[in-house]
Amino acid sequence: PAVSVGNVGQLAMDLIISTLNMSKIGYFYTDCLVPMVGNNPYATAEGNSTELSINAEVYSLPSRKLVALQLRSIFIKYKSKPFCEKLLSWVKSSGCARVIVLSSSHSYQRNDLQLRSTPFRYLLTPSIQRSVQNKIKSLNWQEMEKSRCIPEIDDSEFCIRIPGGGITKTLYDESCSKEIQMAVLLKFVSEGDNIPDALGLVEYLNEWLQIIKPLSDDPTASTSRWKIPSSWRLLFGSGLPPALF
Amino acid sequence: MAATFFGEVVKAPCRAGTEDEEEEEEGRRETPEDREVRQQLARKREVRLLRRQTKTSLEVSLLEKYPCSKFIIAIGNNAVAFLSSFVMNSGVWEEVGCAKLWNEWCRTADTTHLSSTEAFCGFYHLKSNPSVFLCQCSCYVAEDQQYQWLEKVFGSCPRKNMQITILTCRHVTDYKTLESTGSLPSPFLKALKTQNFKDPACCPLLEQPNIVHDLPAAVLSYCQVWKIPAILYLCYTDVMKLDLITVEAFKPILSTRSLKGLVKNIPQSTEILKKLMTTNEIQSNIYT
Repeated sequence: PAVSVGNVGQLAMDLIISTLNMSKIGYFYTDCLVPMVGNNPYATAEGNSTELSINAEVYSLPSRKLVALQLRSIFIKYKSKPFCEKLLSWVKSSGCARVIVLSSSHSYQRNDLQLRSTPFRYLLTPSIQRSVQNKIKSLNWQEMEKSRCIPEIDDSEFCIRIPGGGITKTLYDESCSKEIQMAVLLKFVSEGDNIPDALGLVEYLNEWLQIIKPLSDDPTASTSRWKIPSSWRLLFGSGLPPALF
Repeated sequence: MAATFFGEVVKAPCRAGTEDEEEEEEGRRETPEDREVRQQLARKREVRLLRRQTKTSLEVSLLEKYPCSKFIIAIGNNAVAFLSSFVMNSGVWEEVGCAKLWNEWCRTADTTHLSSTEAFCGFYHLKSNPSVFLCQCSCYVAEDQQYQWLEKVFGSCPRKNMQITILTCRHVTDYKTLESTGSLPSPFLKALKTQNFKDPACCPLLEQPNIVHDLPAAVLSYCQVWKIPAILYLCYTDVMKLDLITVEAFKPILSTRSLKGLVKNIPQSTEILKKLMTTNEIQSNIYT
């Protein structure tokens, strides 16, 4: 995921890891992320609740040849670029065929056309376009539009901007130049209760990868298909003192 | 952006941390002078481990230089007071070195001329068994300094045959639970342990969705990744300054293997602790 507005990419990753019951295979130990620890965020029972988790872990599902990296904290100042370099170097050396980045962008930065269309966007690096362009075309997805590099200046050039996307743009640019097969999937969101946004983003990803059974025509069925991890409890704080009322 | 009740549009804080676009732009606009200032600040914020006698920097990390079988780390003033009264007064401990660091919240002082309210980070070993180490860290180690601290203390070749125990405090409002935190019987103890720590904890484990960050999290992460047996004892309290009841909440740890053989006279230690409290009490009124 990218650590981005609403933490939507990270929430979506939690849903994927939890639903597919992916096993932890290692740690991405780095000095670029703020340290954090806690017990197993995907615990389902007393027995599996006491495995320690740290801020960057790698999970896998060998049957689907899927590997997931989950990031749980923000970057230390000036360390986001070094992190991107380390991540992409690991991706290249580990022989990953394709990388998908789940991200989000500020919804208030949309232009008029974007306000009226679907909130989901995709981006593909040149090297992945060859292999997936046809599939993406068949899904009728909307590619991320270019916008003014400097919004305040009328005659500024047009380029890809992902405001609120954290390292998404850096990862995308670096992958283009390093010829890494990368796709970015993002949603325009605002900060708040971003669980519905995360569910939306995993469904969007699922249209392509079909990691779980495709959605039927009933949209209300979507929430029950994805397993909410136990660590999502009390997302907005502890209980309230009864004396308040 | 978000609209407030008063009709103004303000930039809403983003949970994703700093706006990376700003950081990127800063990088592009950075002049050689800016870079020099940034590098100077980075040098000022460097964590240095100094030898006690000579005050020179250690060439290698602390645990690469000295053999270690047990390492007890107290982070924060209440944890430090607990180890001071119960452990350090039960044996003869020799200072091996200290960490000097600077950040916006603290500037560490020399351990030789120390008033009990000053921030410091000292390392000691037991004279009768020099492989038993203790760290008293009452200063705040900032985000960008935590990994440096780890590197200077643990180094890059982690040993597996040592056991780490970390003691620290957090404010009870950080604890997430279904009931209101006001109704919790604070102070109370919770524990987190690495996969390789096989002994039982003397209190319940910290349940999700609770997490720990800062230096205790940095140490525990390191131990989990490098398969070192380690346990963190976390005291949730509603009094973050030096407080007798909070310090006494750590007492159950005295019966664990982590502190076995290191504590001699508990009643005497309790007396020492009480004395420590009174010397630190500042008569507070609205003028101080």
